[in-house]
Amino acid sequence: MALLRPTTILLGKELRSEFRTRELLTTTWVFVLTVLVLFSFTFDPTQAESRRFGPGLLWLALLFAGSLMLHPSFAREQVNDTLAALRMAPIEPVSIIASKILANLCFLLVAELFLLPIFAVIYNLSLVPILGQLVLVLLLGTLALSTVGTVFSAISSQARMRELLLPLLLLPLLAPALIASTEATRGLLEDPPVLSLPWTGLLAAFDIIFLTVTWLFGEYLLEE
Amino acid sequence: MAQRATSVVESTGPGQRTRAGVHAAETLGVALLLGVAGYAALFIAPTERTMGVIQRIFYFHVPSAWTGFVAFFITFVASIAYLRGRNPKWDRLAVSAAEIGVAFFTVVLITGPIWAKPVWGIWWTWDARLTSSFVLWLLFVCYMLLRTLVDEPERRAVLSAVFGIFASFDIPLVYFSIWFFRTQHPQPVIGAGGSLDPLMRNVLLLCWAALLGVMVLLLRQRYRLETLRHEVEELRTESARRSDSA
Repeated sequence: MALLRPTTILLGKELRSEFRTRELLTTTWVFVLTVLVLFSFTFDPTQAESRRFGPGLLWLALLFAGSLMLHPSFAREQVNDTLAALRMAPIEPVSIIASKILANLCFLLVAELFLLPIFAVIYNLSLVPILGQLVLVLLLGTLALSTVGTVFSAISSQARMRELLLPLLLLPLLAPALIASTEATRGLLEDPPVLSLPWTGLLAAFDIIFLTVTWLFGEYLLEE
Repeated sequence: MAQRATSVVESTGPGQRTRAGVHAAETLGVALLLGVAGYAALFIAPTERTMGVIQRIFYFHVPSAWTGFVAFFITFVASIAYLRGRNPKWDRLAVSAAEIGVAFFTVVLITGPIWAKPVWGIWWTWDARLTSSFVLWLLFVCYMLLRTLVDEPERRAVLSAVFGIFASFDIPLVYFSIWFFRTQHPQPVIGAGGSLDPLMRNVLLLCWAALLGVMVLLLRQRYRLETLRHEVEELRTESARRSDSA
């Protein structure tokens, strides 16, 4: 309870500051779209081929987008040193990280919401019958990305070359999540669609493990 | 401050001399062990039936990976210990072990293709264990990179400790996911249901012991280097402070 209230208040602050400008959302959306279009040149995008490669492309594009868009999460607190103000507030430091994880999850999910229809149309995939299961996989995969991404943006914002450092730290660590979410999505695109329990389970395990690690060790990153 | 600096610079006291003697004896012991292990791997262990002589690389390939894991595990434990107690010694141990782990995994990644070429006919295959070792190697190379990009020593220690802990928790996930994703690697031969010849197994364990010895020696040297670096850094800030106030 002591975590919940500050977290929701801070989440409100994150969402308000983003939805005033919608900078992150629009840039992420256009970025993923560009990558998806460019990917179509790397193979012959017939329907059968798209079923094979589509899920991987989608998740790689999201991963790259995440590794770029999560950078401002902590970096923009440094402009006016607002992180110091947050630190001084009488709240658990973990709730600062938790609110940012949730905010980034929201941003990514909104971006995905607008991307999926376009992805389905340009790669000729019918996503409507599997929508419920696909949302579950997207939710778990995006949570993995936003959890680790937010923590690492706290790390990279305190280093030199930080824009470059974040993808470097993030991408190898997310390899298991990339494999699991790609395979789970691929299973859904099969005929008949199957929700692969091992892969969804692995994705959920990834989320639980890293949320716990963040809860245990995340606050050290916010020290002065 | 000045006292601590002299304790390292003057290394010829009587206590230092005996310690140097012990170090030399240990180094000699590990060198001997390595020699015996090498001889056993090349001449005593039986030649494998289908792969032939090339299979003998296995006695260095596999123990290198195991030793690398031990080193990364040390990084993991030292990172947690650092965050809890803030003793810079733990940070020095963590970075030393990470670097040595990367070195051992570099050996794995080099001996792997040397073994694969004659046996599978290709240098590299995206097989489960090769791939996961590659990802693991990348993770800890990024750990080293992160350390070079943070200047303030205490911040560097905290940030890299947190990343080290994340990377350590990622290791089982990397292995499990990639193993589940694809596998054509020779299946595990040690432990329950293994079909490894007892002599081969003993030679393998001997080689592992030798490499663990090498790891301990390297770890100690690397740790000492890190301590010296730390002291040089402190002396620099101290002298800068003095010339500022003068």
